[in-house]
Amino acid sequence: MIFTIAGKELRALFSSPLAWVVLAFLQLTMGWILVTRLDAFLTVQTQLMQMETPPGITEIVIAPIFGAAAVILIMAVPLLSMRLIAEERRNQTMTFLISAPLSMTQIVLGKFVGLYSFLMLSVALILMMAASMYLGGRLDLGLLGTLSLGLALLIAAFAAVGVFFSSLTAQPVVAATATLATLLGLWLLNMSQASPDSPFLMLALIRRYESFTKGLIDTSDIVFLVLFTSVFLILAIRRLDADRLGA
Amino acid sequence: MNTQEDSQTVRATSLSRQFGKRVAVSEVNLTLKRGEVLGFLGPNGAGKTTTMQMLTGNLAPTGGQVEICGIDMLERPTDAKARIGYLPETPPLYRDLTVNEFLQLAGRLHRVAKKSLAGAVDLAKQRCGIADVGQRLIGTLSKGYQQRVGIAQAIIHNPDVVILDEPTVGLDPNQIRDIRALIRELGGAHSVILSTHILPEVEQVCDRVQIMHRGSLVFNDTIAGLKQFRGGTLMLGLRKPPSIEALAAISGVASVEPGGGTGGAGMFRIQPHAEVDPTDALVRASADNGWNLFHLAPAASSIEDVFVQLTHREETL
Repeated sequence: MIFTIAGKELRALFSSPLAWVVLAFLQLTMGWILVTRLDAFLTVQTQLMQMETPPGITEIVIAPIFGAAAVILIMAVPLLSMRLIAEERRNQTMTFLISAPLSMTQIVLGKFVGLYSFLMLSVALILMMAASMYLGGRLDLGLLGTLSLGLALLIAAFAAVGVFFSSLTAQPVVAATATLATLLGLWLLNMSQASPDSPFLMLALIRRYESFTKGLIDTSDIVFLVLFTSVFLILAIRRLDADRLGA
Repeated sequence: MNTQEDSQTVRATSLSRQFGKRVAVSEVNLTLKRGEVLGFLGPNGAGKTTTMQMLTGNLAPTGGQVEICGIDMLERPTDAKARIGYLPETPPLYRDLTVNEFLQLAGRLHRVAKKSLAGAVDLAKQRCGIADVGQRLIGTLSKGYQQRVGIAQAIIHNPDVVILDEPTVGLDPNQIRDIRALIRELGGAHSVILSTHILPEVEQVCDRVQIMHRGSLVFNDTIAGLKQFRGGTLMLGLRKPPSIEALAAISGVASVEPGGGTGGAGMFRIQPHAEVDPTDALVRASADNGWNLFHLAPAASSIEDVFVQLTHREETL
């Protein structure tokens, strides 16, 4: 059932030009960063050779792409997530799903999985770009793995925030704005001058992601991102339940 | 499962719903047997849609209980919902899907087995007369066709209970006839709850009528019972009418109102006494006095009478 809904969401995404525009924009930006980083790598290559343990192409070229992808997705996710529930509300098609023998959990998870599969497609595109580096060198597969895992977890957190705000309103634009504001806020926390052990920094999603970009798998980061995702999904489910109760 | 449970498809007991302080529905009881078509009437804002939303699990009741085929809607919502097909006031249609895609989605979500899905889609399309638009996007269909797609999604999983909220809105007269025939046909094997503003429709397709007013049930009887509710008002048409007093003097006539219904000169609305049928006396008096009788029939709008009487009277109190 979850996958039936997810399939419907994917189809809806691909039948609107928005998804294609976002994918194209993402790919263009990633391609641009790849070319500039590759150029930089080639100019410093001779100096790198003299180092004892030189950073590889994965660290210098691929890692920044993943870093940029996270920032670009902060802007892309709200655009893709805004319609998930808000538009169903506005078009009064929510009744169709609620009247069907589905639990609210299935509805929310279905929508989340649909959006997530789409976003993972963009990760796959980045990975394909990274794989093209194989043409002229070797890749650090371990680092590539942590980068992908980190981005996958980060995207799940973004998508969950998007689903939650979409469940709050019947106006997709309001949902997009709220999602963008929240994600940007959590990003900016990272840039604040607070002391390193400030509780605010704990919430900075990008900071959690940064350890992955260094090739570090920290269980506390994984747990944090999974919990973050779950909390927003549960809030969305509760919100839909509250709709039915009409409190 | 015993026969009692089997024959009763919907049972709602003292269903209530409040929105803040406003009571939308209070203490509504409703039972429906298999193969019965129930007409659900009421003026705007009477609580019809709210009641239907509670029956279909779209809205949780503040009090009371809903059972679908013996399954409690609050305890096992998904099992109960699997037995209901619901067409809300606004048909819930995804405009960028084709009719076929949408019906397949509806079938899958309503637990239609994969191997019987194609057959179910075809049958639903055929029943609703939309077989020739299967490949078209729902957004490009006319309102009438969209309404029929809405009905098709409600019956695709062959539910025990079909709940239709104003299904004939926006249809042309031919389509309305088709849909009414379909509702009658559905009434054979399923139970149907039909909410509508079109009163003759109720008379044509329903077995039983419930009228809601201000959140409460004010009338609940069969169509036959409804016709007797007001003791059969007569419409009388005379080309050379006498004074109203002369008509009122005829035995069996309780009161006479001029005009009424389609109006026109010489039309009278005769309210008979409870025991005496004035029809014969009226014909005789017309023949004797040369009133040129041209119309004598039971008032056609009997549901309307009951409806207006029940829902308007209380408003003026």
